[in-house]
Amino acid sequence: MPKASASLLPKTFRDWFKHRGWKPREHQLDLLAKAGQGRSVLLVAPTGAGKTLAGFLPSLVELAERGPGRGTAKDKRGLHTLYISPLKALATDIARNLETPVQEMALPIRIETRTGDTPSHKRARQIERPPDILLTTPEQLALLLAHAEAREFFKDLRRVVLDELHSLVTSKRGDLLSLGLARLMTIAPQATAVGLSATVREPDDLRKYLVPQRDPNISPLRGEVAPEVREGVGTATSPNVALPPHPGALTRSDPPPPKSDVSDLEEQKRISGAPEIRGEDEDRLADLVVVQGGAQPDIRMLELDARLPLAGHTASLSMPSIYELIRTHKTTLVFVNTRLQAEYTFQELWKLNEDGLAIALHHGSLDVSQRRRVEEAMAAGKLKAVVCTATLDLGIDWGDVDLVVNVGAPKGASRIMQRIGRSNHRMDEPSEAYLVPANRFEILECRAALDAVHEAAQDTPDARIGALDVLCQHILGMACADPFRLEELYEEICAAAPYAGLTWEDFEACVAFVATGGYSLRAYERFAKIVKGNDGLWRVRDARVAQQYRMNVGTIVESSMIKVRLGRSMRSRPGTVLPRGRILGEIEEGFAETLTPGDTFLFAGEVLRFEGIAEDEVLATRARAGTDPMVPSYEGGKFPLSTFLAARVRAILADPFEWDRLPPQMTEWLLQQRRRSIVPGPRDLLVETFPRANRFYMTCFPFEGRLAHQTLGMLLTRRMERAGLKPLGFVANDYGIAVYASGDIAARAGRDPGFMDELFSEDMLGDDLEDWLAESSLMKRTFRQCAVIAGLIERRFPGQQKTGKQVTISTDLVYDVLRKHEPDHVLLRAARADAATGLLDVRRLGMMLQRIRGRIIHKPLDRVSPLSVSVMLEIGRERVYSDNADEILAEAEAALLDEALA
Amino acid sequence: MTALRKNKQTTHEIALQGQAALLDLTGAMYLPEHDALLVADLHFEKGSSFARRGMMLPPYDTRETLMALSDAVFRFDPKTVIALGDSFHDIGGPDRLGDEERGTLSEVQAGRDWIWVTGNHDRILPDSIGGQVVEEMALGSLTLRHEPLAGEQAEVAGHLHPVGKVVMRGRATRRRCFLTDGKRCVMPALGAYAGGLNACDAAFKPLFANGFTAHLIGTERIFAIAKAMLCRD
Repeated sequence: MPKASASLLPKTFRDWFKHRGWKPREHQLDLLAKAGQGRSVLLVAPTGAGKTLAGFLPSLVELAERGPGRGTAKDKRGLHTLYISPLKALATDIARNLETPVQEMALPIRIETRTGDTPSHKRARQIERPPDILLTTPEQLALLLAHAEAREFFKDLRRVVLDELHSLVTSKRGDLLSLGLARLMTIAPQATAVGLSATVREPDDLRKYLVPQRDPNISPLRGEVAPEVREGVGTATSPNVALPPHPGALTRSDPPPPKSDVSDLEEQKRISGAPEIRGEDEDRLADLVVVQGGAQPDIRMLELDARLPLAGHTASLSMPSIYELIRTHKTTLVFVNTRLQAEYTFQELWKLNEDGLAIALHHGSLDVSQRRRVEEAMAAGKLKAVVCTATLDLGIDWGDVDLVVNVGAPKGASRIMQRIGRSNHRMDEPSEAYLVPANRFEILECRAALDAVHEAAQDTPDARIGALDVLCQHILGMACADPFRLEELYEEICAAAPYAGLTWEDFEACVAFVATGGYSLRAYERFAKIVKGNDGLWRVRDARVAQQYRMNVGTIVESSMIKVRLGRSMRSRPGTVLPRGRILGEIEEGFAETLTPGDTFLFAGEVLRFEGIAEDEVLATRARAGTDPMVPSYEGGKFPLSTFLAARVRAILADPFEWDRLPPQMTEWLLQQRRRSIVPGPRDLLVETFPRANRFYMTCFPFEGRLAHQTLGMLLTRRMERAGLKPLGFVANDYGIAVYASGDIAARAGRDPGFMDELFSEDMLGDDLEDWLAESSLMKRTFRQCAVIAGLIERRFPGQQKTGKQVTISTDLVYDVLRKHEPDHVLLRAARADAATGLLDVRRLGMMLQRIRGRIIHKPLDRVSPLSVSVMLEIGRERVYSDNADEILAEAEAALLDEALA
Repeated sequence: MTALRKNKQTTHEIALQGQAALLDLTGAMYLPEHDALLVADLHFEKGSSFARRGMMLPPYDTRETLMALSDAVFRFDPKTVIALGDSFHDIGGPDRLGDEERGTLSEVQAGRDWIWVTGNHDRILPDSIGGQVVEEMALGSLTLRHEPLAGEQAEVAGHLHPVGKVVMRGRATRRRCFLTDGKRCVMPALGAYAGGLNACDAAFKPLFANGFTAHLIGTERIFAIAKAMLCRD
């Protein structure tokens, strides 16, 4: 392709660039050229490459040339460019940044945002008089598309800009957005999409996401479609009419008035006149523009003379070195993996902070106002360092960060690269970064990540298969917008990349779910939410159903959070705490429930003492100085080790030549392991058994991440129970698990040589998994999320009080009943699909069991091995997992007896 | 009907007003002295009640509740069965009852004295539902009513759907329970979709001035848990 030249830019723009002392970058011009050809594009670029401006430049140019609308009712013009961001704050930020060129060039362009915070009168006005550019989020897009005015609003849409696409597509929000995009392309077939993304492993996945996935030659409905539907189809599928950007775009929608029909066709012809000739596959991929990252990042592992512990994630030994790095750099971002680590690191750094450096804390649980203050101070260059979690992974452009420190295991190669990208926004200078391992295993992980960074290997997740619960929500939304014909909606949905493989049966099941719940016992026909009229069109039953949809849109089901308020102790009445202090932030309700008054925990940079739950808030006081927090952990932001990095770690472990590249303390430890036990090969599973203090232990190291290991532990203990080995509990971390029992595991394996193979056989994913799922609290949580997203039950809003008897329904009860009476119901299938990759990570466990089949090495030992020590140290640190209610109750009952007999 | 597992211990004996009361894993209570089985808050047709408002809960709750009810009835084979109110989730409930469910109910009722105590959800019950309808009644020294009365009472009631929550070493479980101080008993809800009110809620305070023991319904048996061991939600 010929190099795009600056001549594509109108004079006003060239002057503006010059005035700013800039030169338009090549990819910015490339995108301009692609826009001229009516192509959708994926722009892959590192941070600081001017991605956002590249995404908007074509729109600004077109809008500048179009001139201002008269704004009269007669001359009503629809939206020109829609921008979608994963974060509300990012949308607002970008809107502000866009105003600069618009004002400086005095362009007649109206830019507005639409978020959950937009007041209703402004929303109404936006529908009445659409802005030229609208910046919003996936949820707001869903709401707009479900609006009765959606067709009018979007009819003139030319461009959709999807920011941070790599992060959007990995979740259900990405599914929802893909469905919205498919609808947009139906309403406005002339529109093109631009995706802005960081470097990813499979750019083709994102390229597919941006354009309708439809093979014009294969219509899954051919022959099934009612004759009146097929009428409009003829022209569009006929090979004479080439419709490169959106094949089949004319097959849908109610017959438009003749005038617009003609203009649409003209539009199509103009676009199809693009010079490049593409195969059919290419038509289902957006074009790709890649900006190579400038200089190689200067990234290393922080090595200490001191020995790192075998377990733990606090990296306490490294704090002085980190502090020194902060002191000698301009601005440092210290990334950690969990909020607990953030709290801890912040505390430790301040203990060392004799210079009084401005070091701040930022994580997702802190109160919004506090977070904003930190962000503003950061942008103004007032901070020396920020200790932060994933909340800062995304988006907002920071000032002059010249160093990134990542404390703890990187967990994923792509994640670490994106974090490093946060530093040094002049992309031609190398970013400087340090990886700080917190324990010896993390040295391996850091080594593997460094290798991956140098090879620029990526481990972003696979493309998603669209979730059925999200589809249910979308179907209801579409019914709110317009009456629809089943076949047409199906075709439109299949155009969305995540749903390209959706079967007609699943689609029908989702429609049936939306209508009446879709149960085989058809009890609810008369209450149906959407109904099929005599004209064959499905429509929403009444305005109340539409209202219900609007209240429940979105895919983020917050684990219920509870506010933490600082209380004041009363001097006059010791022991009495008044809820008079400020709100510090929010913690998970589940975590709050496990606290008893007097417990101390780290939060918002302080050690707090839990005083109780007052109304709907946690009341806490500052603990006395020097108090150590007792409660070790609360959930949040625990990423499992990526499969890719895990494989690399196993490879390093298995290859003694690689050990030379590790710090000496690590090599020494591995040599000891080899002497005392075995160092497993890259595909083997080492299982060690040993007795200790009247118990029998079994450890193994699959390296498949904490979630998969938890599931493995649950299933292993079930099987051991059946084998009469009396398992007592297990602990899991990212690398392995340790199970302890009162039965002698090694003796059993000695008598029965096939025992280990049987214990770890893949069939544990059959009945054992099913049995466990029946009672698993993780599975119930997963089901709850699906039930809310699909619209089975209504969302509970924060601040909505639980008073007296609950008026809502517990999804746990629904789960029990549904599982028993209709185990293949679409909602249960949706929940199982989530369990495969989500909290239970069953798919990864399955791959592991397959990998190790016939490759289990059982090593009976008389005492714990160096490798096993690391996971054994988790005992007492991690909670013991159990979903067995009776065990918990028996323990509580025994407590009563003890009391009675005392 | 699911066969009972061998190690299941379905009943759990307590004393109520000096007489034996057998608490059952299903949530029912059997009083041997009167050969009477008590159940509370069946909330039949709660699913369809929600469906009317657009929440299409699985329509199997009545079946599920009936299974538990008939399990208890056929095991104790009592002369009298007393349902302590809120047997239907709303007044329209009896009309929405499916044919199969109606049949099961008749089978369970056959040959017994069946008494429906009315509750706030089902103040009116049609004759077609069989049995006798009362507002409250006496059984020996006990008064049976839907909503417990404040102050000291020798009564068995429902209405509040007590559940107990226990947290041991970071592991939590929340189960339906019977609350009793030996004089009064508040029964758990038997309905498949009946939610629960935490036993630590203020609503229970006026009923048990001197505390209570919670009998939590586990998977295999019932556990007696001291009030001090219970946690708030």
